[in-house]
Amino acid sequence: MLFTSPVIVGLLLFTGYPILASLYYSFCNFPGLRPPVWIGMGNYLQLIKDPLVTKSLLNTAAYAAGSVPAGIAVAFVLALLLNQPVRGIAVFRTIFYLPSIVPAVASSVLWLWVFNPQYGLLNGVLGLFGINGPGWMADPVWAKPALIIMSTWGVGGTMIIFLAGLQDVPREMYEAAEIDGASDLQQTAHITLPFMSPHIFFAFIMGLIGASQYFTQAYIMTGGAGSPANSTLFFAMYLFQNAFHFFKMGYACAMAWLLFLLTLIATIVVFKSTARYVYYRGDNQ
Amino acid sequence: MLIALGAVFAAPFYWLVTTSFKTNANISRWPPQIIPDPWTAQHYIEGVTALPFGLYLVNTLVICVFATLGTVLSCSLCAYGFSKLRWKGRTLLFWIMLSTMMLPYQVVMVPLFHVFSKLGWVDTYLPLIVPAFFGNAFFIFLLRQFFMTIPLSLNEAAKIDGCGEFQIYSQIMLPLAKPAIATVGIFTFMGAWNDFLGPLIYLFDESKYTLALGLQMFLGQYGNYFGRLMAVSTLLILPIIMLFFATQKSFVEGITMTGVKG
Repeated sequence: MLFTSPVIVGLLLFTGYPILASLYYSFCNFPGLRPPVWIGMGNYLQLIKDPLVTKSLLNTAAYAAGSVPAGIAVAFVLALLLNQPVRGIAVFRTIFYLPSIVPAVASSVLWLWVFNPQYGLLNGVLGLFGINGPGWMADPVWAKPALIIMSTWGVGGTMIIFLAGLQDVPREMYEAAEIDGASDLQQTAHITLPFMSPHIFFAFIMGLIGASQYFTQAYIMTGGAGSPANSTLFFAMYLFQNAFHFFKMGYACAMAWLLFLLTLIATIVVFKSTARYVYYRGDNQ
Repeated sequence: MLIALGAVFAAPFYWLVTTSFKTNANISRWPPQIIPDPWTAQHYIEGVTALPFGLYLVNTLVICVFATLGTVLSCSLCAYGFSKLRWKGRTLLFWIMLSTMMLPYQVVMVPLFHVFSKLGWVDTYLPLIVPAFFGNAFFIFLLRQFFMTIPLSLNEAAKIDGCGEFQIYSQIMLPLAKPAIATVGIFTFMGAWNDFLGPLIYLFDESKYTLALGLQMFLGQYGNYFGRLMAVSTLLILPIIMLFFATQKSFVEGITMTGVKG
């Protein structure tokens, strides 16, 4: 008991109290400097009417719908490629992994430069193929796709998890399939995928939770504005603005609870709807 | 295929580093110079002086070192309590702790800020350091899983030899758990180095900024000075990459340990 006292105190101080306070504030008008005043459901009713809440929720949903599947697909392909006995595999593993540990501020600055409409690398390469690249972060239509592209660059962690999972797939399965005349593609679809389903499921849930709180890159790349035309105003960013720019702290707390509730619902839905596709080997899981 | 994808993933890095060494005239040239000609360190000199890079580096390191120290100490202690000692309410507390990981940071963000401002800690490093000394659910979980693999008979033997619990923890468990503790330390250090939201909320005085926050401010001031921006970004990334190469094994083990068994 004594050994765990730091975490007990920590839980009470840095989690327990803030949770209760946050719940209380969410029912209050709380401008930060003056004490909170109880206003009942006021903040929550305001949430429904606030067009920027709807906008930022849709932005966040669109980002999640793009970045989570894309990230898993890219990580999976990379892991499959790295799981082959080729020379120099460690070098490639490092190349694919490194982007995921780059500080978000640095990668955001770097990608702003890559996405630069005039001098950027991406539009330059597209130009080689005769494509006139869009304005990316300057274009309300292309800003979110740009952030999704950027997010797939950082899937190294997921890739490593997949790679570890691939090494657990029993070899004899492939040998048996080989004898039965299954093609590589068939083997991937019918052996690798089922064995990997718990890992993919884990990555999906973690990706979903991460995407719902997406903040740093968008904040840095747009200077905290969510520009252009609020196309990159994500929910966590609008929440931050309300709390620390507009000092509507009660409102921000109500937003945070809405975020928690929506993430929880999404997670439960994913759990329920995919449970029968996830295959757990053995009984120790 | 592997080589093509490798090139795609490495291209932004290459673009970053080469841009940082090009002259201003050559940065905006298309087709780009594959190799900068002439090389120039101008952007590094300007960037480092314009940013106060040295000051921000010291600020960042202070936070990183104390946060890492606090996390390693508190998490290993708590993980020991959760894995090797039996006491009433252990399982319940463990589950409560794990369930707090589900909660978005945004939920506690405002009240925490309020608490720290009441304490007069806003615009100091304390809000970024002190919580580390009170454990981190994720790392406690990771270390507990590791401690569970150490046989309990070791504890019993030590007890018969007259060891107290704290002695067992510090003399036997910590040395055995070195790889896992290294992982926790590396990830905490990296997290503190990369952290943006924390410093953004709590640090106002420009002289107290961290490198990450400084670079963001730099972006606002010098948005079109791509050479400088790339030079400073390179300097921000470099230590993390060096850390990765120095500790590659703990790194990969850490990710698989947290990912697969988590």
